[in-house]
Amino acid sequence: MSTFAEFLINGLSLGSVYALIALGFVVIFRATEVVNFAHASLLLAGGYFVAVLHEPLGFWPALAAGVAGAAVVGAAVEFLVMRRHRGADHSVLAIVTIGVDILLATELTRRIGTDILALGDPWGDAVVTLGPVTIAETRIAALLAAGLLITAFLLAFRHTSWGVAMRAAAESQETAALMGVRLGRVSLGAWAVAGALAAVAALFLTVFPTPGLERGTSLAALKAFPAAILGGLDSTTGALAGGLIVGVVESLATGYQSDLAFLGRGIGDLAPYLVMVVVLLIRPAGLFGTKELARV
Amino acid sequence: MGGTAPALTVTDLTAGYGPVHALRRVSLTVPAGAVVTVLGGNGAGKSTLLRAVSRTLRFHGGAVVSGTVTAAGRPLDGLPPDRVVAAGVCQVPEGRQVFARMTVEDNLRAGGLARRGDRAAKAAALRRVHELFPVLAERSRQPAGLLSGGEQQMLAVGRALMAAPELLLLDEPSLGLAPLMAARIADAVREINAQGTAVLLVEQNAALALRLASHAYVLEVGEVTLSGPAAELAASDEVRRRYLGVVDAAAAEDAERARAAHPVLSRWDAEARVPARAPRRKETR
Repeated sequence: MSTFAEFLINGLSLGSVYALIALGFVVIFRATEVVNFAHASLLLAGGYFVAVLHEPLGFWPALAAGVAGAAVVGAAVEFLVMRRHRGADHSVLAIVTIGVDILLATELTRRIGTDILALGDPWGDAVVTLGPVTIAETRIAALLAAGLLITAFLLAFRHTSWGVAMRAAAESQETAALMGVRLGRVSLGAWAVAGALAAVAALFLTVFPTPGLERGTSLAALKAFPAAILGGLDSTTGALAGGLIVGVVESLATGYQSDLAFLGRGIGDLAPYLVMVVVLLIRPAGLFGTKELARV
Repeated sequence: MGGTAPALTVTDLTAGYGPVHALRRVSLTVPAGAVVTVLGGNGAGKSTLLRAVSRTLRFHGGAVVSGTVTAAGRPLDGLPPDRVVAAGVCQVPEGRQVFARMTVEDNLRAGGLARRGDRAAKAAALRRVHELFPVLAERSRQPAGLLSGGEQQMLAVGRALMAAPELLLLDEPSLGLAPLMAARIADAVREINAQGTAVLLVEQNAALALRLASHAYVLEVGEVTLSGPAAELAASDEVRRRYLGVVDAAAAEDAERARAAHPVLSRWDAEARVPARAPRRKETR
């Protein structure tokens, strides 16, 4: 039972990190209707900034710089690339983001090389023991940080003018423009926020028990795609639920791998995609994705 | 705010979509504090005119080719849509276009986004909208998509009023509404105008529009073909025949007589009337 509790808590922690990534993904999709395939690269960029800067600056300033840096990279992608093609078909823009992803990923891979970079986090490999359950401190920090950020984000989304503008633009760009919403700003803000959230996620994807930031980190980030999709691409609640589901499923599938040996090895990596397929078979719009709600 | 400067002046406006010119050298004026209507059938260029003013043609792949648009003395040419709203010109789009997934309250907030700061002014604007349409206060927590068509139109108008415009552009506000609801919207437009907002009303329901407006323009295939005081236009044969669906009295009497001559069972009434009514209905739109 205690092992199950450990798997569950680790899964929730991992899931909350996936939720951070998925949230950024959903924010961009809602604000601009573009599926952002460059998201994993934004994450890698954020992690790379922290890794490079933590020695000269110390961990916390480096984290702040990494978050800011990833936000700037996100905003730059919007400003330099996406903005030039506004009005183009959304699927064309999605393909443009693949190009951006290749560029960013290539450059970052070249810089990182075969190294595994430490991020200099203060938690190290310390663990907390609660009765029979042993949890790494990093996992608890991840759960708390992600929970805090997601709460703050959702509150802002519901209650601030920024959130209202974002939701209005998500429903109809033209009508939002007629109401005086500045679409360029909304889109820029979405990319910056997505970048910032991804940088935090990068931190918690690379701390203990993971060895550190490496080229493959963006592959881990890819698991946020099934999270966002199974939650429903246009739903923030869905991103949250999807992230947690994917995290828990992955954690349990990896934990009980020996019992699932008949399925072959590496089921943990596969599980998120299996869950996504099953969910989509039952609910094609995702768990919280909207079917049209309109009166004609 | 130049006191007597017209709320809107459109001069020689040519606009279109690619090679197609949907408007050709259109000029019109909305005097300060007036209600002006633009009549015309489908494809006459009415919506294009409003899009050219609110600078949203690009969402439809269109652009202004030449001509100028000035609101209360300020040129709107080349501005992005949000600056047009900031200049005091706000459009209620055709087909209402409320943000269906947002609550009524948030829809109204979205309407006030163009105004920065000043909570007191926003609260006053909200009170005004709630006084005008009490139903929006009752339903403030409901998703806008669940409102009836008429309520959605009220919300669309209320949302635009949140920007406290000096000129309100209305695109077919009576479209798809029951006559009673259309009349209520018309009352609201009258009230809004009485409170000092100029209105440019684009309508297919010419009878309604001519009752509201002081001045009217008729747009046909992208050009202004008639213009003048609304009462004069309402009385002119051309407008009566084409837009008010009034045929000459003799023909109408004939139709009445024909119907009276063929008494039918009430159950078949609707069907049996068709031949007698057809010639009359043709002209109503």
